[in-house]
Parts: sequence; C-alpha cells; structure tokens
Amino acid sequence: MDLQQDYFSLFGLPQGFDIDKDRLEQAYRDCQAQVHPDRHAHRSDAEKRVSMQWATHVNEAYRTLRKPLLRARYMLSLRGVDAGIETNTAMAPAFLMEQMEWREGVEEAREGGDVSDLEHMRQRLDLHERELHQNLSGQLAEGVTDGELAADTVRRLMFIEKLQIEIDDALEALED
Amino acid sequence: MALLQLQEPGESTAPHEHRLAVGIDLGTTNSLVASVRNGISVCLNDADGRSMLPSVVHYPRAGTTLVGRGAQAFQVDDPRNTLVSVKRFMGRGVKDVTHIESMPYDFVDTEGMLRFRTAAGVKTPVEVSAEILKHLRERAEASLGGSLVGAVITVPAYFDDAQRQATKDAARLAGLNVLRLLNEPTAAAVAYGLENASEGVYAIYDLGGGTFDISILKLSRGVFEVMSTNGDASLGGDDFDHRVFCWILDQSGVAPVSDSDARRLQALARRAKERLSTEEEAQVRVTLSTGDEVDLTLTRETFVDITRTLVNKTLAPVRKALRDADLSVDEIKGVVMVGGATRMLHLQQAVGEFFGQSPLTNLDPDKVVALGAAMQANVLAGNRTADDDWLLLDVIPLSLGIETMGGLVEKIVPRNSTIPIAKAQEFTTFKDGQTAMAIHVVQGERELVSNCRSLARFELRGIPPMTAGAARIRVSYQVDADGLLAVTAREMSSGVEAQVVVKPSYGLADDEIADMLKAGFDNAGEDAKARAVRELQVEGERLLEAVQQALLADGVLLDAEERAGVDAAMAALRQAVAETDAKALRTALDGLSRQTDAFAARRMDKSIRTALAGHKINELKV
Repeated sequence: MDLQQDYFSLFGLPQGFDIDKDRLEQAYRDCQAQVHPDRHAHRSDAEKRVSMQWATHVNEAYRTLRKPLLRARYMLSLRGVDAGIETNTAMAPAFLMEQMEWREGVEEAREGGDVSDLEHMRQRLDLHERELHQNLSGQLAEGVTDGELAADTVRRLMFIEKLQIEIDDALEALED
Repeated sequence: MALLQLQEPGESTAPHEHRLAVGIDLGTTNSLVASVRNGISVCLNDADGRSMLPSVVHYPRAGTTLVGRGAQAFQVDDPRNTLVSVKRFMGRGVKDVTHIESMPYDFVDTEGMLRFRTAAGVKTPVEVSAEILKHLRERAEASLGGSLVGAVITVPAYFDDAQRQATKDAARLAGLNVLRLLNEPTAAAVAYGLENASEGVYAIYDLGGGTFDISILKLSRGVFEVMSTNGDASLGGDDFDHRVFCWILDQSGVAPVSDSDARRLQALARRAKERLSTEEEAQVRVTLSTGDEVDLTLTRETFVDITRTLVNKTLAPVRKALRDADLSVDEIKGVVMVGGATRMLHLQQAVGEFFGQSPLTNLDPDKVVALGAAMQANVLAGNRTADDDWLLLDVIPLSLGIETMGGLVEKIVPRNSTIPIAKAQEFTTFKDGQTAMAIHVVQGERELVSNCRSLARFELRGIPPMTAGAARIRVSYQVDADGLLAVTAREMSSGVEAQVVVKPSYGLADDEIADMLKAGFDNAGEDAKARAVRELQVEGERLLEAVQQALLADGVLLDAEERAGVDAAMAALRQAVAETDAKALRTALDGLSRQTDAFAARRMDKSIRTALAGHKINELKV
C-alpha cells in the first residue's frame, strides 16, 4: 500500500463512474480516522509528518471521487487520456454556438437584475448536467477503450460548470 | 518517561500517566482556560472563583505587567497603556482597523503588523496576547498541579493565515506547546454535540466580542465534518457597544470627550447593552471629568433600532455559508448560539426567524468554546479513551492564491477545502535568461490582488538561465491541520531546488520571535541558554516515549538491522537528555527522528490497511 495507489483502490471501491456515495463517505471517514493529524498529535515528528501527508492524500482522493466532473477527469487520466483543459478546438461548432447563447443569456439577466431568469437557467443547466452524467456512466464503463467520447462529455461538463459558477456569482451579487 | 513513573496509590487507574492539557479560548473581551478532569471538561477558575479573564493588559511605567481585572482598573485612568480587545489587531496593519481614530492608543506607524507604544516599550499585539495566555497557563498549572503537555488554542473560523500565525506565535511566547489551533465554532460543536449526542446538520452561530463566525457542520457517528464556514473577522459585541456609545454622545451632546471619559462611556454602553438582555430599558447616568452630566434611558426598541444593520450584517455570511454547503435553511436540524453577544434578544429573534426555528442556547455561550477545546486538547495529548472516539474534519475559510500578471489572483486552494490539503501550480519565466522570480501569496475571494490579503512575498532565486517560458516553476501550497499555510517553490526542468526567502506581510519573522523569547527570559532573570536546553530535554523525553510506545505496538514491522539502528539512536538520545549540551541534544533528536522515518510510514500503512479491512468486514454483514 502506498501513496501511488489509485483512489478507487485506496477506498476499496470498484472502478466506475457510478459510485456508491455512502460507501465512499464511510471509507473516507474510516481512512481519516486512522491517518488524521489529530490522531497523531502526541506522536513523534516523523509520525506527524507521515500523518499529514496521508491525510492530505486521503482528502484529495475523496474530493476527486466525490465530484462527478473531477471523478470523470480522474478516470480518464488513469486511462492516459487528458481531457484537454481549456482546449475547445475539439468541440462541435453547434455546442460552442449554444455556449455563446447561454453566456449572453446570463449576461443579459445579470444586467437586467432578473433573479428568476437566472434561477431558471440554473435549473436547466442542472438538468443538462444530469443527462451528461448518465452518458458518462456508459462512456467510462469497463472495457470501453476509446476515451474520446468521454473526454468530449467531460469538456461539455466543464463548460456547464463555468456557467453555473457565473450564474451563482451573478445571483450572489444581486443579493448583496 | 511514563514507563518508569511511579503511580501514587489510588490516583489513577489509567494505563499511562494522565497528561495535563488545556483548551484556551483567547477571546476579544474575555479569555478562558478549561481542562478535562476525571473525564469531565471544566473551566478553571481564578482564586476568586471566576472563570472569565478580561482580555485586558496594562503596562505600568514601573513594575510588573497586569492582566485581567487588575489591568481593567486602569482602563479609565491610563487608557494609553491599558490595551483592550487586542485580538482585533492580530495580524493586522494600522490601515485595517476601523474606528482607529476613537482608540486611545499610541500606534506605531510601521509596515506590516501594527504596534503600540506603551510605558513598557513598543509592543506587538502578539506580545500582548502572550501576556493573557501566560496568565492562563499559570492559572492552569497552579490549578492542575503540574506543567502542561500542551494546549489547544481556539481562533475564529474566519481568521486568515496571518491572524492564525500571530495567535500561534503568541502561544509560543507564552511558553505553551500548541497541540492545535481549533476553530471556535468547531470547538463549540464538540462540546455541544457530545453533550447532546446529536446527529445531523447543525449551524453554529458564533458572535463574540470582536468576531463573527458561522459554521455548517455535519455530525454523524462521532465525525464532526465542517461543510462550510463564513463570517466577519471584525464584527462582534464590541460593535454593538460602539453603536450605543455613539448614541450616548449623540443624545447627550457631550462630544468631544477625553480618552478616559470615552472609556468610561464605553463601559457604560456595554453595561446598558447587557442589561437589555433581561430588562426593558437601561439607565445611562454619569458625571464626566468635565463636569458634564449624562442621564439617558436606552429602551429595547431604540437599541434594536440602532443596531439593526449589525444584526443584518451577520445574516449575509450565513446565507453564503449555506450556499457553499449546498444546503437550504430547512435542511438545518439545529442552530447553536455561541459567544456572549448571542445573549442579545433581538439577535436570537432574528436568527430564529432566519432559520425558522428557535436557536439552541442550553450551553453557556461564554464557556462552550473553552470546554470543547479542552476536550480536544485531552484527546490530542494522548489521553484518548474508548469514549473519546470522535474526529474533527475542518476546512480553510478563505481561498489561497498567488499574484499573477496584471495584479490578478490565481486561486490555488479554494475556500472550504477540508484540511490538511496540498495543491501545486506550475508557472514559467517570461524573460530570456531570467534567474529569479517574485512570488506573492495572497488570501481572499476577490479577483484583484489589491482586494485580497497579502500573506507573504517570496523571492525564488537560482533559476538556471533559460529561454522565456522554458523554466517550470512549481509552487506548492500545503495547509496543515491548524489551517496554516507553508509554501515551497522549485524549478522542475533542471531539478535545481532554488532557495526561498519568506517575508511575512503582517507577521513576525522567526528571529523577531526568538528575540522576544530571549527578552522574556532576561526579564524573568532566566538564562535563555539553560531554558533552551530544558526545552530540548523535554522534547527528547517526549520523542523517546513516543518511539517506545510505537515499538511496543508495532515493533514487528522492523527487521533486526533496522531495530538495532533505532535502539542505537534511542540510546544516544537518552544519553544526550541526561547531559546539557544543546548541540548534542539537537543532533541526537534529529538522529532518532531520521531512524524512525521509515518506521512511521510503515505504521501508517498498517493502520490504513486495518481500517479498510474492518470496512470490508462491515460490508459483508450488510
């Protein structure tokens, strides 16, 4: 057992996009219960150091597996596929068009101070996000060797996440 | 060493010695110290039976520094040398402090953390806080009858890195071994959650004298997981007092007033505020040094009116914390009120209305933080029993970033990340042959560096000359379990490790602290060298004990050769501890530490394997 082991094995979970959240959470807590610096505060400096390293690693593993987008990107990286951060050259023109329309919509609603419009867009994006998650489940299934389909979905999800953040920021700004 | 210690008959049935540890709530207006005695967390009182120590320090022209009520007596007559609410100045510059014009202090205008000119010389907020901590340490040692293994010091959850570091430095100056910096709402949650065996999502609303925190925690089977935190590091009960103070000046028309009259009126304002938690109205009656008479009646209605904006100011962070936790109000099972300022009735009402439920006030809001901190200190010191099987998973309150081109911030560690956490980012040079790079570490949520808090500036030197964009400089951020940041930078393509020089923006440099420590010993007529040796000896004994216990538990993880190496290093350290050569002690300490590195890693592997094995067995049962 070492820090190089993949996150799924670390938590004793089968590798797959669909994840048992309760099991993940329980395994995370069981791991932290062993490695957390609070459990080693009275030990030697060497043990404290190892404990911090491990606790950091376990936190990172949990964060990665808990969030669908990070999980998908991580699974791709395990298969040697880089989802291509910020490279939108590979994206279908129709999708890019749609993104521009979305962005303009958010901008307009923000300037007009239209909270219900923003909330409506947020709901539509959330729905779309869920659909893409369902797609990923098959695209990242065991035995699927072509990672490009999943990589494309991941890139779409990254766009959606950016839009969601923009909407949340706009909502927050309108609230203050 | 514990193994050699004789136990007094009937004193303890524990398998090892009970280590004395305390929790300290270093508050803006009051500070407390608590400890677990016979399994129960209790506040330790002074000789007069009072647990709360006013966070006031008086520096007289001659004689010893006064702390607490003794210092408070000088508040009116010598305001310049009597420092109150110093927590507000920790890790802060002169420009950061609001209402600075109405403060009676002689501020030293300096870069970085502000300082006060007092009758006893120039003092930093860190030194003033250290006086309070020292006072509490001495109270605890007298009360518990021995020296402390360590202390958990609480800090507002919304404290940034500079404020946390300043607090830890103060503890060091006070001669305390800091087991952990613990967020105040989390400490309160421990005391509350364990007392009530709670499960579910709770909001901890903590309004102290000078700081406001809101933490959303999930309590489940002994794990306290902070989901999000927010707040305002300069909003507290003091601000409510200030509103009343301004109202008094406004209504009586006595302004401008002298520093000592201002202090007198501030005290009256506070008393009036406190009175309104039980009475319908409060009288403000005083004759000032000028002969002016003040005679006013403050009604609850007026008080609510003049402080409404402050109450609302606490609700914005609450909304943000809920959003960050991705929760709605109706998912909150309970709201726990912490901090003396939550005694204000209209505040309780506003919080109750916001959450749609009455807030919980069944634990003393003044004591709950110290009590929780003491429970955690007890466990961290190694006194864990079967009942103490809880775990705290806390977060970092504010994003950590780095300055990039054009004065913009690139976030490296996002806020509300569970700690400890490490993140790295790669940067490159923008000029041919560039051999140095300036790195500016900032904290905050805003896009512009100028709107964030500057934590430190680095100069990375010794980058081998390359064409622009060829160097790969990896900047790594590591946040430890105290929420404190360490930054390292390394040039990757050449493998050369460049030197890093840190200059904290609002903190004290290590040599400044060393000087202060030395000055403290000189003052106490102590020999700094002898003191340093004693500290190394204690450290040596602690390490020997820790290794001894590790060997007892997991000695089988070492082969004969490794075991011989560890035994030899232990013998060397035991020898050094028996003598008084500081250099030899340091060498022996490092030697044993090095010998046990691999052992420590193997022990951790083993415990993780055990954890997961247990996990799998549990699943089979389901």
